[in-house]
Amino acid sequence: MAEATLQGVAQVPLRHESLLALTWRRFRRHRPALLGLFILLSFLVLTLAAPWITPYDPTAQRLTQALIPPSMEHPLGTDHLGRDILARILYGTRYSMIISILAVAIGLVVGVPLGAISGYYGGWVDMVIQRVADTLLSFPSILLALSMVAVLGVGLQNVIISVGVGTIPSFIRLVRGTVLALREETYVEAARCIGVSDWQIIWRHIMRNAMAPVIVQATLSMGTTLLVAAGLGFLGLGVQPPTPEWGTMLGEGRQYIFSAPYMATFPGLAIFLTVLGFNLVGDGLRDALDPRLWQR
Amino acid sequence: MSGFTRYLIQRLLAALLTLVGVATIVFLLLRLLPGDPARIIAGLLATNEEVERIRVQLGLDRPLPVQYVIFMTNLLQGDLGISARTNQPVLTEVMARLPATLKLAIVSTALASIFGITAGVLAATRRYSLFDYVASFGTLIGISMPVYWLGLLLIIVFAVKLRWLPAAGADKPASIVLPSLTLASFSVALIARMTRASMLEVLSQDYIRTARAKGLQERVIVFRHALQNAFIPILTVIGLQFGALLGGAVLTESVFGWPGIGLLLVDSIFARDYPVVQGTVLIFSALFILVNLVVDILYAYIDPRIHYG
Repeated sequence: MAEATLQGVAQVPLRHESLLALTWRRFRRHRPALLGLFILLSFLVLTLAAPWITPYDPTAQRLTQALIPPSMEHPLGTDHLGRDILARILYGTRYSMIISILAVAIGLVVGVPLGAISGYYGGWVDMVIQRVADTLLSFPSILLALSMVAVLGVGLQNVIISVGVGTIPSFIRLVRGTVLALREETYVEAARCIGVSDWQIIWRHIMRNAMAPVIVQATLSMGTTLLVAAGLGFLGLGVQPPTPEWGTMLGEGRQYIFSAPYMATFPGLAIFLTVLGFNLVGDGLRDALDPRLWQR
Repeated sequence: MSGFTRYLIQRLLAALLTLVGVATIVFLLLRLLPGDPARIIAGLLATNEEVERIRVQLGLDRPLPVQYVIFMTNLLQGDLGISARTNQPVLTEVMARLPATLKLAIVSTALASIFGITAGVLAATRRYSLFDYVASFGTLIGISMPVYWLGLLLIIVFAVKLRWLPAAGADKPASIVLPSLTLASFSVALIARMTRASMLEVLSQDYIRTARAKGLQERVIVFRHALQNAFIPILTVIGLQFGALLGGAVLTESVFGWPGIGLLLVDSIFARDYPVVQGTVLIFSALFILVNLVVDILYAYIDPRIHYG
């Protein structure tokens, strides 16, 4: 009898597909998401290939070449110090990407464990963590970053910290909610019964199943952190010149908006396209990772 | 005590607690982060004597808990300190600038609501049409657009090239057009998205089918039957967006030289006028908390499906 059932099971063609492969298969069908991925990869390739694409040094000043409108020699023109804008945008991708990645990493490293602890243990620990998250959420994100930069000072490292802190509460909220739902699952109860430690239950059993929304949130946060960091740069309170950070370039271009409007146009376009890319990929991942949509 | 009153008190207490939290963070920021706060306030060029004088003047030489009690007591009395630049009370400075920011935020919210709801309703009633796709893509563009860049582009087109509108300042009635359009862009996208989703949900309900079966005009169905019921989540988004607008106002005011508290904040950071920085951040966050509180309460009040107690 048992043998017969086993044979029956064996006849069903089982497709072993890893979560990664499944996600990619679903992600691929989402056309806007592919466009987003294409935008992001293009920026990545362009910044890595920058030395071969443009002969210009992004920080080399040539005052005799200042404020030249877009031409064959300088496809995006030159800025007030004679620096090639295309070169600055291409190299600037590195700064914008690094800021976004590290800022979101701060949110993940601090927010995810706090959210997991908050959701798993509950009680007063949960209450304290939630109050802190509430408080941080009651600052509009640019405002929190501005207040921190006001005290820490400007520069790459401080911008990353200031923008990163703002991403913490959303991860706390998200992970707490997921853990609250998962901790009542039978498999968690089973793990607890056989004496698995809390730490192992949280990391091995709960978090593994809670990662999907975290990945989506992290992708979307990359877009918002880029916007906030570039906003700081635009105000002159971010990464400082001569570093070719997009927001800082936009802030410099603003001084020449009447005589050289292209100076502000192109760095802004780069910010916009990258944020759009992150948002498209984030939306695509949300659909691809949502098990409720897997049946389709 | 009725359920609603209890909810009201709970919500008020929570908001108050958050406000205390915000004040605490503003207090701690200057004192716990690396660096000597007296030195930061005095500036890099100040002599040691000047730094000491500021330390004593601001009470920074006293133990942290004592400083905290003094800070909070002063705050309760509406004393946010004295501006280092103008020697005016911080509250006076902030209150003088507040109307400009509120005016900008209110006009932007109105614009965003009109455009957002219209686009959302049209997209929902013409689902999968060309308009729906264009609107969806438009909302994505709105969300991804840096407000400071959009502001500059609008200046380039309407002030520099066409010369239709003033590029900066707030002295002419037309001055508010570009800043409010800029600030509204982000909210339009979110309001449109929420309106579309909310309308689609309501339009699939049985009572809409009944209304259609009765032979009612589509216009009546959409506006009287559907939109009214879809309105609660839309109202929530509009309320929450008003709070987010306050954050965007910092950047927008800076682009257009609009004389609100956002511009005051940025100017104060550059001038290292920390009492004003603290004051503006506090007032901004207090407004944000207040708006969210009002939205929550309205939500509970309007939606007959929510019962408390």
